[in-house]
Amino acid sequence: MAADGSLAMSGTAGVSAGRANSLQRFARRRSTIAFVMTLPLLVVIVGLVAYPAAFGIYLSMLNRRMTAFAGTLNFELLFESETFWMVAFQSCFFAITAVLLKASIGFWLAHMLHHIPNNRQRKWRGMLLVPWVIPPALSTLGWWWMFDPSYSSINWLLSIISVPEVPWLGHHWWARIAIIMVNVWIGAPFFMIMYLAALKSVPEQLYEAAAIDGATSWQRLRYVTLPMMANIISITVLFSLIVTFANYDIVRVLTNGGPRDLTHVFASYAFQVGILSGNIPRGAAVSLFMFPILAICAFFVLRSVTRRNKEQM
Amino acid sequence: MAQVSLRRIVKAYEGDVQAVKGIDLEIADHEFVVLVGPSGCGKSTTLRMIAGLEEITDGEIAIGGTIVNDIPPRDRDIAMVFQNYALYPHMSVYENMAFGLTLRKFPKAEIDKRVKEAARILDITPLLERKPKALSGGQRQRVAMGRAIVRDPKVFLFDEPLSNLDAKLRVQMRTEIKKVHQTVNTTTVYVTHDQVEAMTLADRVVVMNHGVIEQVGPPQELYHNPATRFVAGFIGSPAMNFIPARLEEASGALRLQLPQGIVLDVPEARTARYRQHAGKPVLFGIRPEHLTDDKPTDKTNPAPLSLTPEVIEPMGMETLAHFKLDGAEISARLDPATPASVGAPLRLIAHMDQMHLIDPTTDRVL
Ligand SMILES: Nc1ncnc2c1ncn2[C@@H]1O[C@H](COP(=O)(O)OP(=O)(O)O)[C@@H](O)[C@H]1O
Ligand SMILES: [Mg+2]
Repeated sequence: MAADGSLAMSGTAGVSAGRANSLQRFARRRSTIAFVMTLPLLVVIVGLVAYPAAFGIYLSMLNRRMTAFAGTLNFELLFESETFWMVAFQSCFFAITAVLLKASIGFWLAHMLHHIPNNRQRKWRGMLLVPWVIPPALSTLGWWWMFDPSYSSINWLLSIISVPEVPWLGHHWWARIAIIMVNVWIGAPFFMIMYLAALKSVPEQLYEAAAIDGATSWQRLRYVTLPMMANIISITVLFSLIVTFANYDIVRVLTNGGPRDLTHVFASYAFQVGILSGNIPRGAAVSLFMFPILAICAFFVLRSVTRRNKEQM
Repeated sequence: MAQVSLRRIVKAYEGDVQAVKGIDLEIADHEFVVLVGPSGCGKSTTLRMIAGLEEITDGEIAIGGTIVNDIPPRDRDIAMVFQNYALYPHMSVYENMAFGLTLRKFPKAEIDKRVKEAARILDITPLLERKPKALSGGQRQRVAMGRAIVRDPKVFLFDEPLSNLDAKLRVQMRTEIKKVHQTVNTTTVYVTHDQVEAMTLADRVVVMNHGVIEQVGPPQELYHNPATRFVAGFIGSPAMNFIPARLEEASGALRLQLPQGIVLDVPEARTARYRQHAGKPVLFGIRPEHLTDDKPTDKTNPAPLSLTPEVIEPMGMETLAHFKLDGAEISARLDPATPASVGAPLRLIAHMDQMHLIDPTTDRVL
């Protein structure tokens, strides 16, 4: 660019013409065009991500009535609160268990579907996707009804094989399991569809080569399928971990945090503290707590994805 | 190492498509056999049935005397090289080659020894730590062969291993494969659609067409004594000329009556063989290399004819001339020094001791 500029300026009479010229050239540069074209997206990101995030951080540093700056007081109070640590534990327990289950069940379903001939596969794929496309608040209501102590259809089914009645939403461990069950039911089809696409992209000849090399079907899964899908697995798990960590609707509908606040996760607890109890800065502090955990996860996952991409693709 | 026997092998895909229609083939220990034929003739299907990747609809395959119909690929003790290499992208070259041995629980030292030895034979030692992505097509093909060699299997199977390489590399790798076979001497079944590859590599060539074997034999045998019109036309490049003709007998000698009043004498040595077909329409087959310009020659039975070239293709070491004779496309290989030009009649001689006659009703060579 510097060389171009000096060339344009070299004529003594053409200084202003040269400037117009280089302005035009600046406008035509690829990086300039790229910037202009991504501008709408940048505006959206700043407006919907950066601004709320910054505002959240600002809020979390105010006092309860939002009249004065309180520094890190909200965080210090949270760290001293037993309920908060319980919520932190429950959030991690919920998110990690649910994501692992969703990923495994999704993988298993994808594997089953992959071995069904294409014409029949469509039907099954459609049916298995249903839980994912129903609005979660609605399907969770359905589950809530199935868990309900007086009408529980699940308990009724269990009673047929003479299993004693389960206090689904009454006991905190059963309630935690119920929340995970519903989340897995809703989320597993997403993993299934992603893994099915990934399975289809593994060249058939790799399996044939492995079969000839002496691999059993289990070893083909272990040494061919899983490594070939490593990227899609880590990205879906990361993505799902973020979404599941921030899950709100299931807890809200199914247990509303109860019994005794023992099933709250970050999002529902933030809502409880910030909106229901009217302490918005403290609620903001709760919701911000997820951020560093997820950021560290994202960093490591994305780094390994990039490295694999560079080596293999 | 082992012999391979195919007995009445049939492969039917759903919808009653028979890809392989009952073929018999005996492959001896240490032999290099090439299955060759046009695309879709069932070569890969046959090979994949030997490998165990495709179920056998009917018939029997035995490797080293054991019937393997119901044995999975991993227990057949075979190694296969695929057209698109099928290297594991997440493993280094070393790991790719070692994979089969690792699965079979070979000791580490033995694996290392075999991988290094194969890498030395194939000249890929400096590449051992690389991932397949960082290799050229030719290098990937070598690694795929290395993966087969380290296993020291009973049989090597190749499915068009050179088809993804450029022409020059293909010739080079062809030599390489032949060298490797001379070194390790493993029974090999090699599939290709390229008759030059087949001729240069094979101890015996199996020509397939439409799911059946047309002819089996050493390359020279197929070239000089093709059994059918298909083999005659498939083996050799440019392809053999086929000219419709009439076989006539006059005072004990046989003559071929060609279109445009051309008459060629059949050599005496062939009269006994062809006499019973006198008076019938036949296809006269002669290779371009046996249809040359009229020069003094020590070959016996030269028969002169005059044709007008439509296209001349100078190739350097020779010149190809193309003619038309009553709808039949004919080509001849000329000495590059011969002054030939389009439209000017050219005197040629047919080397009749290399002639073939084909029965147009059965397509068999008489
Ligand atoms: N999976 C399959 N299903 C149906 N037909 C097939 C299948 N694979 C191959 N065929 C058919 O079988 C015939 C032989 O195929 P193949 O053995 O691959 O031929 P090639 O000699 O080119 O290797 C072809 O006509 C092909 O269309
Ligand atoms: Mg093929």
